[in-house]
Amino acid sequence: MSVAEILETMDYGPAPEAAGPANAWLDAHQRRFGLFIKGEFTAPGTTFESVNPATGAPIARITQASSADVDAAVAAARRAFRPWAQLSGHARARYLYAIARRIQRHSRLFSVLETLDNGKPIRETRDIDVPLMVRHFYHHAGWAQVRDTALPGFEPLGVAGQIIPWNFPLLMLAWKIAPALAAGNTVVLKPAEWTSLTALLFAEICRDAGLPPGVVNIITGDGKVGELIVNHKGVDKIAFTGSTDVGRRIRSATAGSGKRLSLELGGKSPFVVFDTADLDSVVEGIVDAIWFNQGQVCCAGSRLLVQESVADKLLNRLRARMDKLRVGDPLDKSVDIGAIIAPKQLEKIQQLVEQGRSEGATLWQPAWACPKDGYFYPPTLLTDVAPASTVAQVEIFGPVLVSMTFRTPAEAIALANNTRYGLAASVWSEDINVALDAARQIKAGVVWVNCTNQFDAASGFGGYRESGFGREGGKEGLYEYLKPVAAAALVAAPARKAAARKLAAAGGSLPDVDRTPKLFIGGKQVRPDSGYSRTVLDARGKALGEVGAGNRKDIRNAVEAARAADKWAGTSAHARAQILYYLAENLDTRAAEFAQRIGAMTGDARSAAAEVQAAVERLFVFAAWADKYDGAVHHTPQRNVTLAMPEAVGTLALICPDELPLLGLVTLIAPAIAQGNTVIAVPSELHPLASTDFYQVLETSDVPAGVINIVTGARAELAEVLAAHMDVDGLWYFGPQSGRAAVERASCSNLKQLWAGGAHNSNLWQCDAQEFLRHATQIKNIWVPYGA
Amino acid sequence: MLSHVGAAAAPEQQQTERRNPGGTFDAAWVDAQRVNRSAVERRVATLAGRRTVKKQWQAAWLLRAIQTIDLTTLAGDDTPGNVQRLCQKALHPVRTDLMEALGVPAGSIQAGAVCVYHALVADAVAALHGSSLPVAAVSTGFPAGQTPQPLKLREIEASVAAGAREIDIVISRRLVLTADWVALHAEVASFRQACGTAHMKTIIATGDLGTLANVSRASMVCMLGGADFIKTSTGKEATNATLAVSLVMLRAIREYHEQTGCRVGFKPAGGIRTARHALDWLILVKEELGDAWLQPHLLRLGASALLTDIERQLEHHVTGSYSAAFRHPMG
Repeated sequence: MSVAEILETMDYGPAPEAAGPANAWLDAHQRRFGLFIKGEFTAPGTTFESVNPATGAPIARITQASSADVDAAVAAARRAFRPWAQLSGHARARYLYAIARRIQRHSRLFSVLETLDNGKPIRETRDIDVPLMVRHFYHHAGWAQVRDTALPGFEPLGVAGQIIPWNFPLLMLAWKIAPALAAGNTVVLKPAEWTSLTALLFAEICRDAGLPPGVVNIITGDGKVGELIVNHKGVDKIAFTGSTDVGRRIRSATAGSGKRLSLELGGKSPFVVFDTADLDSVVEGIVDAIWFNQGQVCCAGSRLLVQESVADKLLNRLRARMDKLRVGDPLDKSVDIGAIIAPKQLEKIQQLVEQGRSEGATLWQPAWACPKDGYFYPPTLLTDVAPASTVAQVEIFGPVLVSMTFRTPAEAIALANNTRYGLAASVWSEDINVALDAARQIKAGVVWVNCTNQFDAASGFGGYRESGFGREGGKEGLYEYLKPVAAAALVAAPARKAAARKLAAAGGSLPDVDRTPKLFIGGKQVRPDSGYSRTVLDARGKALGEVGAGNRKDIRNAVEAARAADKWAGTSAHARAQILYYLAENLDTRAAEFAQRIGAMTGDARSAAAEVQAAVERLFVFAAWADKYDGAVHHTPQRNVTLAMPEAVGTLALICPDELPLLGLVTLIAPAIAQGNTVIAVPSELHPLASTDFYQVLETSDVPAGVINIVTGARAELAEVLAAHMDVDGLWYFGPQSGRAAVERASCSNLKQLWAGGAHNSNLWQCDAQEFLRHATQIKNIWVPYGA
Repeated sequence: MLSHVGAAAAPEQQQTERRNPGGTFDAAWVDAQRVNRSAVERRVATLAGRRTVKKQWQAAWLLRAIQTIDLTTLAGDDTPGNVQRLCQKALHPVRTDLMEALGVPAGSIQAGAVCVYHALVADAVAALHGSSLPVAAVSTGFPAGQTPQPLKLREIEASVAAGAREIDIVISRRLVLTADWVALHAEVASFRQACGTAHMKTIIATGDLGTLANVSRASMVCMLGGADFIKTSTGKEATNATLAVSLVMLRAIREYHEQTGCRVGFKPAGGIRTARHALDWLILVKEELGDAWLQPHLLRLGASALLTDIERQLEHHVTGSYSAAFRHPMG
């Protein structure tokens, strides 16, 4: 086209990034790749094709790892673990620094190769993925350096098995490997089978940086390889990013294995626009929310919620903006939207959009056509969508935005939270009151105020609800690769056999007044639904009393009571502390009575008195912490404040240990309610009478109804009902190890957060308050940019 | 008049473009403006990575940039001599051999206007006699605008009488800073009346206004007051044209067009010195307002040194070698 002609049209013209160096790199490897194990590349084995989604053409062949390969990789990581963990923080920092530097030196090669393999625009790989990846390694070089002083009393987990998705191959690799290595773990990482090439280029960087063999192992293949990693006995931790379905399968497969787990799963994140927003900036925000990476983003702002009064204006501007988006060759520097990863994904998008239309949605797409070669899909807007529509509920994972309206801030928040996910949210208003109110109330791990899809290594990322658990980035993310140095375990309480089926009389002329411990639900003592009771035995096997045999209906009622009390989270921390102190005061008043009761149950009068005093002190500890367990303001590079706020998990189920019947109960309840959770506790099955006696302490201490609920009965049965309950947000399991697998499996229902206590599980004489508080909360990162 | 290449500056199009008549003041226009600075800055920061033009596309875009330049000299030592030289450069901005190599008829590309103080208007008009190239005069107590209102009106009338077809007025910034929008509207409307058939560019002096919200509000009030163009800066403020303030003004123009159907022009000025800069502005205008605005009758770049850099880039395009400033005739 001539200069004179262009002067007529003022078109952009092509601006391709050269693919030569990336192709030369592929050629240098004969376009066939083995696995990276123990610091070396294996010869290619059984291979499969890797395709460029923008052309549909194969660009290389990748090895499908065998079971023996996975064994070899895990063994290499295992052998490398001790020496790596024992290196000084400074030495690990040097390696991570070297990796960051080397990626930066070859940044364009990484960017181009990522675009060839994934189909995302070069603008994104060049300006977003690779710089963020480099930043992640730099930031974690820092964590390696300061880990021992910043996180004393913690040690690495061992071998981390890491499975990452195809949408951000390099960035997810960085999010997984950098914190694992910084903390002192070694890794076996499997990239997605559609996008393995840049991970292999990264393996070369590790090798060239002199990283000790086995510290990083990269093995390629499909989901079968992922399963081998998940089920491998030599792996201590699984970190997974991907779909909620696969996350659920991993939760189930690892149940009872003792493996630590972090899951970063799907989302249907709300993008909330108030009438006080800068609507032109909102339009650009939407572009960054849903037409970033072809919409194949777990935290994509895919659900537009706009205030009815400005909806028409916004949608008109949005359609005009969509007309200007450019879809095409992702290597072209003027392209906004590249190719969808694979035909399978493209079909899924098409099918969901079709379903949306058949359910009444109105479709709008720009007039221009997508390229025919490769797998492209145009930016799409669906209006006339209601929460009941399929497209409003399921993750489309494509460039498709659904739009709904709201009338008031309260309705906006209700709609935003009307989802099983909770990964991210974007809130737009120039009114700081409206914006921060929404940011606080929306259930999501990340909330972006007047911005969207902002990421940084210093800030944690991760979800609430079925978007998974655990955080990546920031100090909160580092904990996912550390555990407290273990304390010595208590000897488990022995099971008891009943002696005589006769209630013990006190020996005097009068029998004891009969007592009927019930359940404690919604601030009241209530009879068990079952109409049955369980006999409690003393240390010699004599019947000491009876407690209600709680069942699933009692659990249902207790969860409803706890949910109804969720105003508790909004009570001031000072007020929560006051109530904990009051509990301590009232417990101390009855110290002798509790000591006697515990002694009667356990047969150890001396430690019973100590246990009561320890319980009083523990209430003091968590009363003290209630208003001191603060968040942080992260140093992200953007001009904003990134507020890392600990929020209550929500409704917590507390499965107490048999041992230490009072201290166990108090140690679990106190941190949970101190941070604003409401709880359903299942007390010691063996010695429940200390808990039922505790009802009167609760009743005299101003604890609001429903904040603390206690259901006695068969622990395993009640724990499983709680684990499966979809309205329970988290569960702490301090029962015997034998019961753990069932609970973990049942928790798949809503992927609730589970904590099995780690080093604390078996000895609650000790209590690392911070560790309990950390599990009583989840971090929400709120990004608030500013500027007059 | 010389024949023009491209849709640019086609005189019939200029004539068919309805002039913005302005309207009565309505506070709702001002109150509705909301601007989020961080989001605006993010948009302009990322746009450079989203759009680019290369090879012949870049050459063509640079020629278009030349067509939109208000070639400017606004110095205390301006004389008829240097103004005449500038006028010749405006008529013949690119060397003939380069034009031929680009395949564009020599003489078909000229600058958008020549912009001078009132005292030099007559000299510029004389130097451009026989061409279609307009002379623009800065006016109304430029650059600070702190002269008496009657004198401002007389200054406009004098420049129009001397042959200026475009008048670059400055607004009274205190009216923005004290939020006296009614008075600002009246001031701009009075200037517009004084301009008569001459087109009015209103300089809002963004560097003096403090916030982007004020930039947006002032833009709206000026358009309601009958501005043909809104212009960022005098070139004399501490901060002149930036992409961020330009984006805010372009969005105000877009909204005004949505509401009234009138296309108001845009002129960034001050600090646009490189070809790369010029392309940034063209891209911003194309993205935010569309191709209709990529025309001299709706877009001007106020600049003096810019042209030389564009000429060097064009020579690089033609020869493949980097060029030097002295190879291109001075303005």
